[in-house]
Amino acid sequence: MNKLLNFGIYCWSWIATFGVFIVVGLLLFYLLSQGLPTIGKELFFGDAPVWEAIFGQVRVWDALWPACVGTVFLVLLAALLALPLGISSGIYLACFAPKTFKRILSLLVELLAGTPSIVMGLFGFALILFLRNTFLPDANTSLLLAAACLALLILPYLIFTTQSALESLSDEYRLIGPSLGFNQMQTVFHVLIPAAGRSILSGVVLSIGRAAEDTAVIMLTGVIANAGLPQGLLGKFEALPFRIFYLTAEYRTPDELGSAHGTALVLLCLTGILYSSAFALHKTLEYRWNQHR
Amino acid sequence: MTQQNRNKNRNQKRKRINRPLSWTSKYVEVLLKYATIFSALIVLVLFGFLAYFTLPLFAEGQFAELFSLHWRPFHGEFGILPMIAGTLVLAISALLIAYPLALGICLFIHGLGPRWLTRPILLLVHGMTGIPTVVYGFVAVFLLVPFLRNNFSHGSGFSLLAASLTLSILILPTIVLLINTQLEHIVPALRLTTTALGITRIHELTRVSLPAASYGLLSAAILGFGRAVGDTLIALMVAGNAAQIPERAFDSIRTLTAHIALVVATDSQSTTYHSLFACGVILFLTTTSVNLLLHHIKQRACREGNHE
Repeated sequence: MNKLLNFGIYCWSWIATFGVFIVVGLLLFYLLSQGLPTIGKELFFGDAPVWEAIFGQVRVWDALWPACVGTVFLVLLAALLALPLGISSGIYLACFAPKTFKRILSLLVELLAGTPSIVMGLFGFALILFLRNTFLPDANTSLLLAAACLALLILPYLIFTTQSALESLSDEYRLIGPSLGFNQMQTVFHVLIPAAGRSILSGVVLSIGRAAEDTAVIMLTGVIANAGLPQGLLGKFEALPFRIFYLTAEYRTPDELGSAHGTALVLLCLTGILYSSAFALHKTLEYRWNQHR
Repeated sequence: MTQQNRNKNRNQKRKRINRPLSWTSKYVEVLLKYATIFSALIVLVLFGFLAYFTLPLFAEGQFAELFSLHWRPFHGEFGILPMIAGTLVLAISALLIAYPLALGICLFIHGLGPRWLTRPILLLVHGMTGIPTVVYGFVAVFLLVPFLRNNFSHGSGFSLLAASLTLSILILPTIVLLINTQLEHIVPALRLTTTALGITRIHELTRVSLPAASYGLLSAAILGFGRAVGDTLIALMVAGNAAQIPERAFDSIRTLTAHIALVVATDSQSTTYHSLFACGVILFLTTTSVNLLLHHIKQRACREGNHE
């Protein structure tokens, strides 16, 4: 009986592993086989001439370009808002915070990290309702609002990665500063942060990837299907993940379906590049570390 | 040196060395401190906002109506009970599918599979975390849903079953990575002993290592549940979105998250909005209690020295 159970567990571990392998393989194969043929000028620019479309002189219809630009703007803006706050919070928590204070603050940040993204979106939506009722009667959902809500979403990731990058440095690094007569601030800024730089950067790239893929937040805060290129901070915009969602729900022609497959492949490649470069940054740091040992 | 001594030493090294700070450093430290306090307060502001917008429900006495079984906004019925049930059923079923799979993968990595496969599999699991949610949903709509529709002939295929299968793949890497981190601490420490005792690999894993990693196993399940509750896109794209209490695997369901997204996209009456914020508050409280529970478990594990 016992033997049978063991054999069952053994088989299960193989089945589970290869089952998941096959599912992910199927997913990638499906996207590649359906998406690759659609990649081309039409997917990105539709009927519009390429150069005019890139510089925004011609409106691009039913194509990817406005969504690409929208996603890039959105992600950069979100990073711009979240980076200073996230990195300085990470530094403070890792190097300066007194113990009990640190525990309370990190618990709150953990709670923020666990909040579902749709709740962040709802918060942005509530903010607009609030502004409409009070100061700005014509406030509306926009690129800036979406970026701010996305910034809330990636803020905890930034804080955690910065904090753990600094905390995982070895004690030798920690002693360099005091041995040279640095004070805590000088140690942090001239020794620890440069040493942990790559890890912190990898965290930044990771959170950018996270911002690029999220759909739920922007759905409630200003993304629409046919906005064209984003018209300033207070305008509506398009984004890649939302375009996939929209086309999946509402495609009418085989062309649009093909375009959806292409979009999914493009988004997958984008996040794939971001995640693997974050991974590579982290790995090279570990490698450099092990060399110095 | 004993473990205790070493720890003491390390703590001494880590203690801040107090030197007089120049005024710029003081200024910078204060700045960093306020940035941190600001980031920590965001979550409270967020909850405050949602709660504030839910208040009118209490004032207008519609609170009881909130927990009715019917969502018919045009008849003035705003029951969100079906959505709560949908969320719970979907999250639990996704967890029930994903958890055994994740355990199997972890056992495979830590000894049941060949060694040369462990790194590629870990890499694959890391890679799975990088696949956007919307892409999972997209592929499910075009592969899984037609498959279910053609082979089981129960309705359209957009169902609880399709959503829980997709969602289980989404939360799988989270669970695997958490259990794996635990086992990475535990397995090498125990392997020498167990090998010396002549215990087989499979016995070692199932009778010694996994029980030793019980906190990790528990927190992985809780974290997986939290992820499943918070996910929007899979439920929205694959689950069918009919506001009803789920009874069978092929029923179309609607979750709280999908409900919020759908209502914001379509309706614009103020009462619907209030009930929407109630949904937000419920979601927030659920994930917050999940996180507090995780925090509690982690602390207990640390105290018992199980973690290190």
